[in-house]
Amino acid sequence: MTLSKDPLNLIITGVGGQGNVLASQLIGRALVRENFYVTIGETYGASQRGGAVMSHLRISRQSQHSPLIPEGQADIVVALEPVEALRVIGQYGNPSVSAVVNSRPIYPTAVTVGDAEYPSFEKIQETIRDLAKKAWFVDATEIALALGSPIFTNIIMVGALVGTDLLPLSQRAFEEIIKESSPGAQLSDNLKAFRRGLEKTQGI
Amino acid sequence: MSVIKKNAPGTSELLMGNEAIARGALEAGVQFAAAYPGNPSSEIIGTLAQVAREMEIYVEWSVNEKVAIEAAASASFSGLRAISAMKQNGVNVASDFILNLNLSGVGSGGLVLVAADDPAALSSTNEEDSRFIAKLGDLPLLEPATFQEAKDMTKWAFELSESINSLVIIRSVSRISHARGNVVLGELPQEKRTARYDTSKIFIPVAAPLRHLALHLKQGKVRERYESSLFNWYVGPDNPELLMITSGSGWFYSLEAVNTLNLKDRVGILKIGTTWPLPSKLLAKHMAKVKRVLFVEEVDPFLENNVKELAAEWSPEVGSWTFYGKSSGHVHPFGEINPDLIINAVSKVMDKPYSPREKGYGQKATEMTKALVPNRDLGFCAGCPHRATFWAIKSALKLDGRGGFVTGDIGCYSLGLGPAGFFQLKTMHAMGSGAGLATGFGQLHKFGFDQPVLSVCGDSTFYHAAIPALINGVYNKSNFVMVVLDNSATAMTGFQPHAGTGETATGSPAAIVDIDKLCSALGIRVETCDPFDLRDTTERILDLINDKGGVRVLISRRKCALVKAKEEKAAYKVYVDPEKCLGESCGCARLCTRIFKCPGLIWNKEKGKSQMDEAICTGCGLCADICPESAIIREEN
Repeated sequence: MTLSKDPLNLIITGVGGQGNVLASQLIGRALVRENFYVTIGETYGASQRGGAVMSHLRISRQSQHSPLIPEGQADIVVALEPVEALRVIGQYGNPSVSAVVNSRPIYPTAVTVGDAEYPSFEKIQETIRDLAKKAWFVDATEIALALGSPIFTNIIMVGALVGTDLLPLSQRAFEEIIKESSPGAQLSDNLKAFRRGLEKTQGI
Repeated sequence: MSVIKKNAPGTSELLMGNEAIARGALEAGVQFAAAYPGNPSSEIIGTLAQVAREMEIYVEWSVNEKVAIEAAASASFSGLRAISAMKQNGVNVASDFILNLNLSGVGSGGLVLVAADDPAALSSTNEEDSRFIAKLGDLPLLEPATFQEAKDMTKWAFELSESINSLVIIRSVSRISHARGNVVLGELPQEKRTARYDTSKIFIPVAAPLRHLALHLKQGKVRERYESSLFNWYVGPDNPELLMITSGSGWFYSLEAVNTLNLKDRVGILKIGTTWPLPSKLLAKHMAKVKRVLFVEEVDPFLENNVKELAAEWSPEVGSWTFYGKSSGHVHPFGEINPDLIINAVSKVMDKPYSPREKGYGQKATEMTKALVPNRDLGFCAGCPHRATFWAIKSALKLDGRGGFVTGDIGCYSLGLGPAGFFQLKTMHAMGSGAGLATGFGQLHKFGFDQPVLSVCGDSTFYHAAIPALINGVYNKSNFVMVVLDNSATAMTGFQPHAGTGETATGSPAAIVDIDKLCSALGIRVETCDPFDLRDTTERILDLINDKGGVRVLISRRKCALVKAKEEKAAYKVYVDPEKCLGESCGCARLCTRIFKCPGLIWNKEKGKSQMDEAICTGCGLCADICPESAIIREEN
């Protein structure tokens, strides 16, 4: 499979604890299996305690790139939380960026306390559509809760990303990696979550 | 899942920098690994621990970094290859041993120390550049720039160590250690060494000046090997207009800058992997061809200043240079660097304008999003016991009313400095420093000091560095209360087991060093509480701070919510009864969402009532105890 651009720059963003690292790792491993060079830079440590987190993925056929994407150079943004999509597009977006966004907010304490406003989902959608070339919105947390736990949100969003065909990665290649990485009992749940995400964007 | 132990030379795998280092150690035949966890170093030993049994190596989480490197050195003295890894602060803890080990030398087994630095202090109290310890101790230093190099360099570091009987330091940074990239695996050796201490050997730094001389001679040998090292390379034209000299994470950023600005024919990059002692002949060869030099490295100007020192010696023969870097202001004088900073530095030096994106779009994107995106403060996780302990401390100190305060140190509970811990924590420095400071505050009553002092430390920190301070307090009759925030985990760094968890690094059962009994042995008052019993905890703290003098200990014990969530089901189903929640008109000033601030509780603006976020709530039920209207309902699961 070929890349639409080299390096292809993907940012997965969300709030600490949502499973950014696992999502980026699964995508990275699947791509390395397809003989790509992949570099991932991520947020670790303190920011995982409720902070805004990002994983930068650089995908290339030719060489290894730096683990950080320069400003304005993101090709794809996957957001596990809606305002985090805005935060990342504001800094890394450009007119040809694509966005895959979970619709469910995680309210920052500043909002809960009343020191800050959280924008309406309509406003977030409108802004992302204005700034991105194409955007998909997925009710990933709701799907995850219906599957039994919010921890599936990241796998559902990875499924949604694979469904968009923005990555040079087939459903099968990805499912192989899920099979290798999931301990027995979790495998069927993870595959189900992945497929539920996939069907939300496939062909749309 | 672990590909670390895969014996498939030639296959390319996606490895985290720290995993690559661990793999390098395995390819070198490492048999002993010891460390205390600390970001960004934790996964090096963590990775080795996962494969220890199968690979027949010994791996331990040591009580602190000094003990870790001492334990690793014993293996080296007995002929085994050994590794220790630590964050920059840990290097300080270990430095007393390191700066004697340099003089004594290591044994016939290679000994490697990985110092993982945290530029911009993303997960640290400081952003110290630990490369200086290599210069200070005349020790060989290596800095990997790629994931492949992280593996290959680690493997080679053991050979170097054995060839000169010296500790070798590998300095990594967050963007290597915690980033991931392709690594082609090498062979795993089958041969195992037998450990034996040769009693004809002594390892002492005695006759220090003579040994210092010997150390300098070793440095000369290392320098010779570094001159032709494959970890140093040059890319660019034969006679560049600008020479970039870089190390570590700077390599990829330099490459990105040159490619982005399309300057491949005009700018050269000399990437140095062997940064102490510097390969001076190699540097002289490249610098003789240029008049302008730009340094790219992370945190302090280590490479920059050391190369300038060499250049000062060469200048009578070679002439002079214009230097760009941290000193000239072209590169951040401290902190983390990134591709944008380096692209802009090169753009400025080469007078080649750069704009990251179409100007109109950039401005629009920044403005449109800035207005909408709220800040996201760090906070304790939903269900975190630290929130409860700080709540109780706040209540107790307020009731006491004498201006009591809290000293603390490093761990998740450092967040007690901010809104998450109700601004209770007033000091934070090194591991165990809260206790050390408290022993001093506790002596100040002779000078009119009459405020209650509470020190907080985590369970892992207690073992690491708080015990000496506690003993100091008892011995010198200091007056303070130590609160041990025992969440049965080294939570901040990834839940590594420690002396109190009953498990070793490799998952074997271990003796539990009982904090309660250890403190009781000092003959002091020791109490234990469950922080989720807010009332009891508050009353105990009040009683302890009003007790007459001496050191008192309160162990606030409840398992980390993240660990708990992995092990067991939520205790309660928790929800807000909209009939009972009076919202703004209650008079509680929105205690639960405005003051208590568990992320599981949100404020429904339209309805003017609190509400549970079921995707976040962990079902601990604590908030039910703080609602004055009993509007938060907890039902047992």
